[in-house]
Amino acid sequence: MVMQAASGALAAVSGGRMELFVQQLINGLTLGSIYGLIAIGYTMVFGIIGMVNFAHGDVFMIGSFIALITFVWLSSVLGESAVILSLFIVLVVAMVLTSLWNWTIERVAYRPLRGSFRLAPLISAIGMSIFLANLVQVTQGPRNKPVPPLLTQTITVIDSPVYAVTISYKQIAIMLVTAVLLALFWYLVQRTPLGRAQRACEQDRRMAALLGVDVDRTISITFVMGAALAAVAGVMYMVYYGVVNFNDGFVPGVKAFTAAVLGGIGSLPGAVIGGLLIGLIEVFWSAYFSTDYKDVAAFSILAIVLVFLPSGLLGRPDVEKV
Amino acid sequence: MALKARDAAIEGEAARQGFAEIVKQAAFAALVTLGLCIPLLAIRTDQSLNNQLVLVPRWDAVAIACGLVFLGRIALAYVGRAGSLTGGTTARFHAAGAARPVGKARLASFLRTALLGFVVAFPFIAIWGVGWQGSIKWIDNFGVQILIYVMLGWGLNIVVGLAGLLDLGYVAFYAVGAYSYALLAKNFGLSFWLLLPLSGILAAFWGVLLGFPVLRLRGDYLAIVTLAFGEIIRLVLINWVDFSNGYAGIGGIPRPTFFGIPFNASDDGFAARFGLEFTPLYRTIFLYYVILALALLTAIVTIRLRRLPIGRAWEALREDEIACRALGIDTVNTKLTAFALGAMFGGFAGAFFAARQGFISPESFTFIESALILWIVVLGGMGSQIGVAIAAVVMIGGTELLRELDFLKAVFGQDFDPAQYRMLIFGLAGVMMIRWKPRGLVSTREPTVFLRERKAVSVDLVKEGHG
Repeated sequence: MVMQAASGALAAVSGGRMELFVQQLINGLTLGSIYGLIAIGYTMVFGIIGMVNFAHGDVFMIGSFIALITFVWLSSVLGESAVILSLFIVLVVAMVLTSLWNWTIERVAYRPLRGSFRLAPLISAIGMSIFLANLVQVTQGPRNKPVPPLLTQTITVIDSPVYAVTISYKQIAIMLVTAVLLALFWYLVQRTPLGRAQRACEQDRRMAALLGVDVDRTISITFVMGAALAAVAGVMYMVYYGVVNFNDGFVPGVKAFTAAVLGGIGSLPGAVIGGLLIGLIEVFWSAYFSTDYKDVAAFSILAIVLVFLPSGLLGRPDVEKV
Repeated sequence: MALKARDAAIEGEAARQGFAEIVKQAAFAALVTLGLCIPLLAIRTDQSLNNQLVLVPRWDAVAIACGLVFLGRIALAYVGRAGSLTGGTTARFHAAGAARPVGKARLASFLRTALLGFVVAFPFIAIWGVGWQGSIKWIDNFGVQILIYVMLGWGLNIVVGLAGLLDLGYVAFYAVGAYSYALLAKNFGLSFWLLLPLSGILAAFWGVLLGFPVLRLRGDYLAIVTLAFGEIIRLVLINWVDFSNGYAGIGGIPRPTFFGIPFNASDDGFAARFGLEFTPLYRTIFLYYVILALALLTAIVTIRLRRLPIGRAWEALREDEIACRALGIDTVNTKLTAFALGAMFGGFAGAFFAARQGFISPESFTFIESALILWIVVLGGMGSQIGVAIAAVVMIGGTELLRELDFLKAVFGQDFDPAQYRMLIFGLAGVMMIRWKPRGLVSTREPTVFLRERKAVSVDLVKEGHG
């Protein structure tokens, strides 16, 4: 990232302004896809039980660690050459196990608090977030965990003499997987009985229960779905950056939450649009201003959006009933 | 006879079935644990010399974890708390819905006096107990450290406990206070006693500045925005190297003096002036009484303010913001005062922290600190002064004690470091606590205004945390 930005800045000096822009657009969309996938977990949980699942960023981090361990194990079994096959297995394993984590977390830390005072689940989630980050620190150690570079081949999109715009295989894979998963989840939420139950719980939990919807089960499934997408994001994060750390849950988590709020919390397409926007803003900020303050920019956007646009781009305004 | 025998048989059968059910659930929990442990605990990734990851299996640890969960789940079922594990959306009703008269007032006031006496005498008790050499650790690591958090807890209590505004970025004001003292003392040579109020004022100013835009937010959103502000301040401190020296932090901060007399071994130092033998203990004891005085100031100001219209307005705001507005309370000013006052006490504590440490860096002001202070307030019962103090003793004293548990090394092997598990236990404790004691340790409220008879009210009857 930093290096790309630096070389980009060089190109801007020598005149390849258009090419730099396109390159940053590609990078931004890749990063935004990852944020969007995490943001869906925030938005779905907030939609259904009205809670900011503070630990979601750490669930994403757990997903990337599960992916890392599985990948290292698989490459020792299958050999280095079967990268595509191992990544596919890694994806499935990470989705399953991360879902199990989030299911357990919901069961242990949030479900008993339903009906308690409103901020209780938020406080519990903060505790969970600290617990998960430190659990990984204790069990896996505090150092960065590197993986060998994967899917590094690139395709040249624009070949200009000053600056060649390229897109790497991993960027294509990330955007492709995101698009496919979104289509799948959109179908799941809009067209299946499960999605109908979810939307019913979102509107009125008590009424849904009266009409025979198993509310607890629906909420559990929502957490499982959010975690599965976070796990996919975790795999992508590992592939894209080539390094994972126990601390990686917090900042991407906050950025994804910003994306969810920006898109309008509760709205699935909103989360994706928000994620893409946040990814683009981060990348362009780093390329044209400074990389030092890119996290400050993310947090500032979060504050600005919450204060001035609390219902987001696609969200419904929250009407307060007295 | 036969009938009785049959009854007993049925009862036995029921008990056996109950046990079978419990074992089944426990086995399920253990199975889930196995699933959770599989990659994270079972296989450790270590870096080899050529920077490649190698896998180290640890199945014994997984077996221990699963066994512990299995036994723990059975134990839990017998303690009778299991209901909440399997319970669904139905809310657990907390007992004590009815008001109970305050009969134990005299006992409470006696206890308060005794506690205060102990706290005032603590340095001397420590010296008497473990001698001159050993007592520094106790006074500094336990006494001063706990009192800093008691003070921060009481400061945040104004914002969270009284005004009901969930603030996840409180540590920002602590940082403002610390950096104000450090920079002004180093660059302009101003004294601790001048800078202490100045740091408080600067922190209060930032409280108003950050509080103003977020006033219209409530609940979760307010919490997240304050978190964002806290992080922005920390990131700016990291990145603006010219101003704050970035990650490296600021060292060599002037230490507080005894009204102009420095605590050092020189001829005009404290020990020499008073004809005593030099020991660093004097400074520690002095710092202890400074932070004790500051903490008590926070408590007294809070208690007095609660009786003033502004304090009543805070508590009214916490219970129902819309009703407040309907009754003509200026919600903007009320919230801002709470923010500013809470921030001011945070600023005092920050200035004291910088003076005590002599070195500060952005590492001391992470989100975890905010969470820790919030924990203390929540565990203390949101609004209860004494509860917050007890919670601070439990949380900070408990984690400090963890460093002392050397005998654990004998059990778990030499490379076992209990301090490493500090935050792990802390996070877990937070989850457990909010689950089993969601209202904190002191979960009754004594109204400051009352008609005829003073009644303590269970917090379950008030809907604080709503706004």
